[in-house]
Formats: sequence, C-alpha cells, structure tokens
Amino acid sequence: MSSAAQEPPILEVRNLSKHFGAIRALNDLSMSVHRGEVVALAGDNGAGKTTLIKTISGVFRPSSGEIFLNGQPVTFTTPQEARDRGIETIYQDLALADNLSIGANIFLGREPMKRLFGFVPILDRKAMADAARATMARLDFHVSRLEAPVSNFSGGQRQAVAIGRAVYWDAQILIMDEPTAALGVPEQRKVIALIHQLKAEGRGVIFISHNLQDIFAVADRIIVLRRGVMAGERRISETTHDEVVKLMVGGR
Amino acid sequence: MSSTEDVQKTGPQAAPRDHVAPPADHSERAKTLVQRIADLRAWLFLAALVLAFEIWARYDFDGTFILNPYNLQSIAIFAVAPLLLASGQTFVIISGGIDLSLGFIMGLAAVVAAHVVNWTTPSLGMPLAVLAGALAGVAIAGVPGLINGLLVARLRVPPFIGTLGMFGVARGVAFLLAGGTVVPVQGNSFFSTLGNGRFHGVPYIVIVTIVFVLLMHYLLTQTRFGQHNYAIGANVQAARRAGINIKSHLTRLYVLSGICAGLAGVLYSARFNAGAAQAGEPLLLDSVAAVVIGGASLFGGSGTIFGTVAGALVIAVIQYGLVFINVEPFWQFISVGVVIIISVLIDQAQRRFSGGRVDE
Repeated sequence: MSSAAQEPPILEVRNLSKHFGAIRALNDLSMSVHRGEVVALAGDNGAGKTTLIKTISGVFRPSSGEIFLNGQPVTFTTPQEARDRGIETIYQDLALADNLSIGANIFLGREPMKRLFGFVPILDRKAMADAARATMARLDFHVSRLEAPVSNFSGGQRQAVAIGRAVYWDAQILIMDEPTAALGVPEQRKVIALIHQLKAEGRGVIFISHNLQDIFAVADRIIVLRRGVMAGERRISETTHDEVVKLMVGGR
Repeated sequence: MSSTEDVQKTGPQAAPRDHVAPPADHSERAKTLVQRIADLRAWLFLAALVLAFEIWARYDFDGTFILNPYNLQSIAIFAVAPLLLASGQTFVIISGGIDLSLGFIMGLAAVVAAHVVNWTTPSLGMPLAVLAGALAGVAIAGVPGLINGLLVARLRVPPFIGTLGMFGVARGVAFLLAGGTVVPVQGNSFFSTLGNGRFHGVPYIVIVTIVFVLLMHYLLTQTRFGQHNYAIGANVQAARRAGINIKSHLTRLYVLSGICAGLAGVLYSARFNAGAAQAGEPLLLDSVAAVVIGGASLFGGSGTIFGTVAGALVIAVIQYGLVFINVEPFWQFISVGVVIIISVLIDQAQRRFSGGRVDE
C-alpha cells in the first residue's frame, strides 16, 4: 500500500522506548501506519509487542520517544484520551459485557438517553438497536435479534461487535491483540474479512498475531520485534514465511 | 439464521479461502425460550404455591386462601420489609457483590427514626416530626452504605467481608442507640396511623413499597446506572475499558442498598410504633433468598426487580401460608431453604445450557 505514502501517516511512532526499571521492554522503536494500511506485529513472547501497543493506546507512558497522529505530536495519559483521538484497542478477551445486547455494548459508558412524556429520562434503546443494526450491516454481519445478549452469539460475531463498537465511534486506528486466536477456522476467516473491510474504509489497523497464515492473508507490512527492538520490517509482498520466522527467532 | 452467513471478502487474498458453511448455531431461539421460562420461574412457582394453599384451604376447612382480602393484606404487609431489602440486594447481587449488612442497617434506621420522632414531636408537631424521623432514618442508613461502598470500591475489600464487618458495626451501633432495648414512639399517633392505615383496603406501607419498587425497576432497566450495573456484574474489565467509573458506581450502589434498608426500617417503626435494633435480623437471608429465587445469579450479571418481587412473595406466601394451614412454624425454614436450593440448581442448569455457546 504505497498509494498513501504522500500524505503524513495516520500514526507514526518515533524512537519509542519503554523501560520498566532496568528492563528495556521497548527500545528506540520507530514505525508508521498509513490510511488503509494493515500492519502486523509479530515476535516471540516478551518481544515487546504488547508493550508497544499499550504505549500507543495510552496504557503506558513512553520513557522516551514521540507519537504522531496525522503528523501532529500527541501524548496520552489514559487509554480514554487515546480513544477520544480515534485509537481503539480490541483486546483478546473482547471486553464485551456478555449479558447486554449489541447496541448496549456499542454504547456502553455513553448510552443515549431520551425523555418519556417529555421529562422522564430513559435509555434510548431504539437508537441503540438502530445503530447496532447499521454498524453490523456495514461490517457485513446481519444479526437477526438485536435485543439478544451478546453471549448468544458466536466468537466471530462477538469479535465483530467489538470491532463494530470501534467503527461506530469512528476509530481511525484499530489495534487488535490476537483477533483470531480463540476462534474456529470459519470464524477466523470472517475476522480476516472484517479487517479487509476496515482497510477498505481507509482505517489503519495494527494487529498482533502468531499466525503467519493470517498475517500473510491480510497485512500489507509486517514488523517483527525481538527483545524490545525492531528485528525487521518487510512488505508482505516481498517476503516469505521462512524469512519472517528467521527474523522472529533471530537465526541469521 | 442470517447472522451466520459467510461474509463475502473483498480485497486481495493470499491464503486460500473458499466459501465456508455457516457454523452450526445452537438454536438461539430455543435458548431464549428457556431464558424466558427461567425469568418467569419465580412467578410460576408463586402461582403453583398459591394454588396449592388454595386447594388445601378448600379441601381442609372449606375456606379460601387467596380470595380472602385479609390474607392478601397480611401477605403484602409481611412482604414489605424483605422486599425492600431485596430490591437493594438485587442491585448489589447483579453487580457481582452481596450486602450482608442490610438487616442491621434496617434496625439502625428503625431506632433512629423512632428516636427522632420522639425528639422532634414537641417542637415540630406530629406530621413534621414524622417527616423528620423518616428522613433521618433513611439518611442514617446511607452512612453504613457509604462506608460499605468505600470499602468495596476504594479499598477493594471483598463485598462479603466488608459488609459482614458493617453487619457487626451497624448491629452494635443500633443496640447502643436503642439502649439495648426497644424504643417506643410516644406522643405521636400520626406515625402509627401512617404505619397501619389503609387506602381502599391497601395499607399505606404497601403503597409506599410498590412505588419504591417501581422506581427501583426504572433505575435498573431505564438508566445508565442500571445498565452499568449489569455490565459491571458481567465483565468489570469491559466496563472499565468502556470508560465507566467503577469506583463511583460501586460507592453509589452500596449507598442505594443502604437506603433501601433505611426505608424498610422507617416503615417498620411506623408499623410497630417503635424502633428495634433487631428489626431486620431475620430478613437478611430472606433478602438474598428472594433475589436468588427471583432468578438472579450470585455470580452477578443477571437478575430483575420483578423477579425479586416474585421471590419475596414466594417467601411471604410460604411463611404465611404454612401458618394459615396450621403447620408447625419450623417448617417455614425448611421449605424456604428447599426453595432456595432448587432455585440455585435451576440457575446452574441454565448456566450450563448456555455455557456451551460461550465457550466454543
């Protein structure tokens, strides 16, 4: 995806480091994500992938280095601030309230209200259901029963709900931590299709995965981390499984 | 179901991806039907119970159980205090917690209300003194509630332990304030009139309870507070990540629960024209039982106020009905205990049934 190379990247990280005491979890890392680009993060356990996404999403404050959104420098002190600026993280455990409907999950924490008889404030369930229907349709997921709790839905559908929430709130960058890990094969494919959809809408996607098949199916670039530093960055079109594995384990 | 249709892909695909059959969907509808019945199980059980007592009454002494307005009134009055405690308990249990201090918060409120009515009647006159006593009773109940909330929310004390501590503290304070005895209300007949009066045959305290319970239902189903309560009970991480202020929510939650017990205490002192520290002592477990019978899960995340109403009525009908048919009162404990166990077994069976989908 070199078409967007002219405009500033939607997200750019420059010389980012995060130290926990003497431990250098992340060291002098630079990367960028362009509009409509999918960047995969790979690396062994403890390579610094999670530290990197948590630093980008405001969970950690960087020890040094800078983060730019659309060319503007930003600092986040809380995940909420990152979210307000359009960086949404979708965690492995999905972060859904299983007992609530899709709409209620999309609006969790910022529920729309209306007034009954002009003065009794009540939840606007219709607005939530409408938004849920529209959002899920946009992601090509057609759910018949919008009032059902999300525990009724399959793993892939729940993943779609989590992504739908991010899309509804207009996230420009979606960070996904192992989005396909806990899913069956057909469901994995659906999530991969969802990522294609996000890409087509011009959003930036960063996703962590151990599954090279998934990475090669959907990513434009792959960044391999090893012990907190960049071990290599490749265009998917110009690399192979073997090369990526070598980068990950460091056997060169 | 259309939601399982495979999504048509766009864009380049490196991995081979052919059309996949939709994964088997363990009938969403069947589950909902089971859910609906489970939601109604307390009401069904209540109906069966009433029917059983009615048949007994007809058969045994050619009388009627439920068609006798006196019995209805008695059951309703019987259910007032447990239901008020249980409505607060419903919120707490849905959030994944439990409030063990409610019984003695109720006693504390009853004692304070009686004292304040006594103190203020000479200066304020009867109606205003009643108002002052009622407000004082409800307000004082918010204090242990607030401490519970701070313990659970800020200091991360498990609700079971924090509220158990408050159970002891509230108990001690209530007995101290009562001087170890019952505090009779003197010189204010208005209080007792409110506590025992009727409007078209319906006791005032029952009307107050119905209005309050409807408010609680509104709070649980129609407000952000209620919505967040369900979310916290299901997945506190998700709630936190969604930007919900967990600490503030939990603090307000336990204050609310205390206030429910406070109202129960005030109504108690009005009805008996006296405040007693032990007023709510036997009611704590009834409140938990009512919530569980009403279909809430002790694991949090589910439950309704209307379910709890049915649960409280089941307990009241069992207790009153067994007296009515002249069974030794100790059978009450046994039957309520059995009903609790059956309710939990149903909840677990339901959980197992739906669990298959969640874990796949």
